[in-house]
Amino acid sequence: MTRLLRNNGWVVGLSILLVVLFVATRIIQPQYGAGDFGSLVRAVLPYAFAVAAQTVVVIAGGIDLSVAAMMALTSVTAASMMAGASEEYALFVVPFVLAMGFTLGAVNGLLIVVTRVPDIVVTLATLFILQGAALLVLDAPGGGIAEWLKNLIVGTVPISGIPDTIDAWIPKALLLLGVLLCIVWIPLRRSRLGLSIYAIGSNQLAAFRSGVPVARTKIMAYAIAGLFAAMGGISLTMSTGIGAPIPGPYLLASVAAVVLGGVALGGGKGGLLGPIIAVFVLRLLRTDLTLLAIDPNVTAIVEGTIMVVVVMFGAFITMRSRSS
Amino acid sequence: MTLATTTPEAAPLGRRIKRFMSDYPIVPLLVLLILLVLVLQILSPGIVNQRWIANTVKFAIPLALLAGAQTMVMLTGGIDLSVGTVATMAGFIVATQTVDHPAGLAMAIALVPALIIGFTNGIGVGVFRVHPLIMTLGTSLIGVGFLQVYQRTVISAGTKYPDFLVWLGTGITWGFPNALVLFVPVAVLLIFIQRRTGFGRLLYAIGDNERATRLAGVKYWQVILALYMLSSVLAGIMGLLYVGLIKAASLSLAEPLVLPSVAAAVIGGTSIFGGRGGYTGTIVGALILTVLTTLLTILQMPEGARRILFGAIVLLVTAAYLRIIEDR
Repeated sequence: MTRLLRNNGWVVGLSILLVVLFVATRIIQPQYGAGDFGSLVRAVLPYAFAVAAQTVVVIAGGIDLSVAAMMALTSVTAASMMAGASEEYALFVVPFVLAMGFTLGAVNGLLIVVTRVPDIVVTLATLFILQGAALLVLDAPGGGIAEWLKNLIVGTVPISGIPDTIDAWIPKALLLLGVLLCIVWIPLRRSRLGLSIYAIGSNQLAAFRSGVPVARTKIMAYAIAGLFAAMGGISLTMSTGIGAPIPGPYLLASVAAVVLGGVALGGGKGGLLGPIIAVFVLRLLRTDLTLLAIDPNVTAIVEGTIMVVVVMFGAFITMRSRSS
Repeated sequence: MTLATTTPEAAPLGRRIKRFMSDYPIVPLLVLLILLVLVLQILSPGIVNQRWIANTVKFAIPLALLAGAQTMVMLTGGIDLSVGTVATMAGFIVATQTVDHPAGLAMAIALVPALIIGFTNGIGVGVFRVHPLIMTLGTSLIGVGFLQVYQRTVISAGTKYPDFLVWLGTGITWGFPNALVLFVPVAVLLIFIQRRTGFGRLLYAIGDNERATRLAGVKYWQVILALYMLSSVLAGIMGLLYVGLIKAASLSLAEPLVLPSVAAAVIGGTSIFGGRGGYTGTIVGALILTVLTTLLTILQMPEGARRILFGAIVLLVTAAYLRIIEDR
C-alpha cells in the first residue's frame, strides 16, 4: 500500500485535489447535479483526447505542437464527409478519419526520424501544414454529423445492478472516454512497443544500444498520438455538430495538463491517468470560477498562475529529492 | 611525397563546396534568399525595386527583433514562447496610455510588464528549473489574462499612437526604412554580446553543457535571469515598433509572429538544443520568411494552400540546412 502510494503519489494527490474541487463545487452551488457533471464531461472530452495524444509523445521524449491542428483537420474532414450523408455512412467515416489521424501522426514521426530535425520544429511545420489542409477542406465552420454519433455522448446509459441515482453520475461521455482510452492505452502499456516508448523517452542512446528499434518506436508513438488527436477531432464534431477549421486552445491545454499530470517533459516518466485527471481538475476549476461569478478573463490569470505554481512546486520537490 | 601534397587539392568539387558551406553557414542562406527574390521577380516582373526592398525590410525588422530574443534564449537550449504576449502587451498599453500621458511616459509604462514577465520567467527557469517551454507558456497565459482585464478598463478611452513610433515603424527616408535606426544598433549589440562578451560565451556554454558550466562555478540562475529579462525587453521594444507599423492595437497583435520567430531562428542555423548558432543567421532567416510570405501572397493561392507551402518550406529548408552544416 505504501509502495503504491509512493509510486503514484502524484496521481493520488491530483485525485484528492479533484475531490476537493468537487466538494467546493457543491458548496458554491448546492444544485450542481448529475446533469451539470454530464456537460462538464462533454466539455472535457476533446481536451482529454488532446492530452492523451500529447502524453504518448511526451513519454517518448518528444513534443507534438501540431495536436490542435490535427484535431481541427480531422474534425472538419469528419464534418464535411457526414454533411447531408446517410446515418449509415458515418460507420465508414469514423474509421476512415481515425485511420487518417493515425497515418498523419506516423508521417509526423517519419519526418522527425528521416530529417533529423528536432521534434518541436517538425511539428511546428506540420502545424502550419495541417492548419492549411483544414482550411482547404472547409474554409468556414460547417458540415454536419450523424444523429447517432451526436447521441453517443448525450445523457446516460442505464446499467443493470446500479441504482439510478448513481447511474445518473456516469454519463455516456465519461464511459466513451474511458473505453476508448483503455482500448488503446492498456494493450499499449503491456506490449513491447509500450516498453520501447518509455525506453526511448528515458534514454535514447541506451535504448538503441539495448536493441530497441528507436526509429520505428518513435514513428509509432506519433502515430498513436495522431489516433488520439483524431478521436479528439471527432469528439469535437460530436459536441458541436459542425467542424471548424480554426484550431482550438488545445495545444496549450494539453501541454499544461501533461505537466500537471506528472509526466516529465524530458520523457520516460508518467502515465496516462495523471494527465487525464489533471485535465478534469483544470476544467472543473474553470467551472468553479464561473460559478463564483468571477470575470472569465480573471479565470485565465488564475489558470495560468496555478499552472506555473504547480510546475514550480513539482520542480522544487524533484530538486529536493535529488539532492537528499 | 608529391601525391600527399596534392591530395587535398584533388578533392571533388561537390565535396569542396559542401565543406565551404559548412564553414560559412551564412552563404547557403544568402543563396536561398537571392533565389527566392529571383523567383519573385520572374513570377511578377518589375516587382523587385528599391521601394519593394524597403518595404520588405520594414516588415522583416519586427520579426527579426522577436527572433533575436528567441535566438538568445535558444542558445542556452531554452525557448521563450511569451515573447508574443510581451510584445502585444507593450504595443497595446502604449496605444492606450498615450491618450492620457506623454509618449515617453507611455512607452516606459508599456515596458513594465515586459520586465515583470521576463523576471518571472528567469526565476522560474533559473531558480526553480522549470522547463522553459512550460514556464513561458504559463506566463504568457497569465499575461493574456491581465491584458484582457486591462482592456475592459480602457476600452472607452480609444487609442492613440505616439508620432515617434509611427515615424519609426512606417517611415522611409532616402529609400531606407526608419526602423533601421532602431534595428541596426540592436543587431550590432546582440552580435557583440554573443561574440565578444563573457555573458555571450556563458550562453553558449550553458547550451552546450549546462552541468559542466555549473560545475565550473558559473552562477547559472543569474545568467538565466539576465537572459530572460533581456529577451522580454527586446520583445517589448519590438511590440512598441510593431504597433507603430501596424497602427491597430489588438489583443493578438504580435501573437501570430511567435512561431515564425522560432522558425526564423531555426532556419538561421541556431540549434534548438542550444550551444550553436548566432544572430546573423537569424536575420537572414527572418528576411527569407518575409520574402516567402510575399511570394506566397503573389501566387494568389487560397489561404489553406499558402499555409501548407509555408510549413513545407520551413521544414525543407531546416532539414537541408542541418544536412549541410552537420555533414562534416
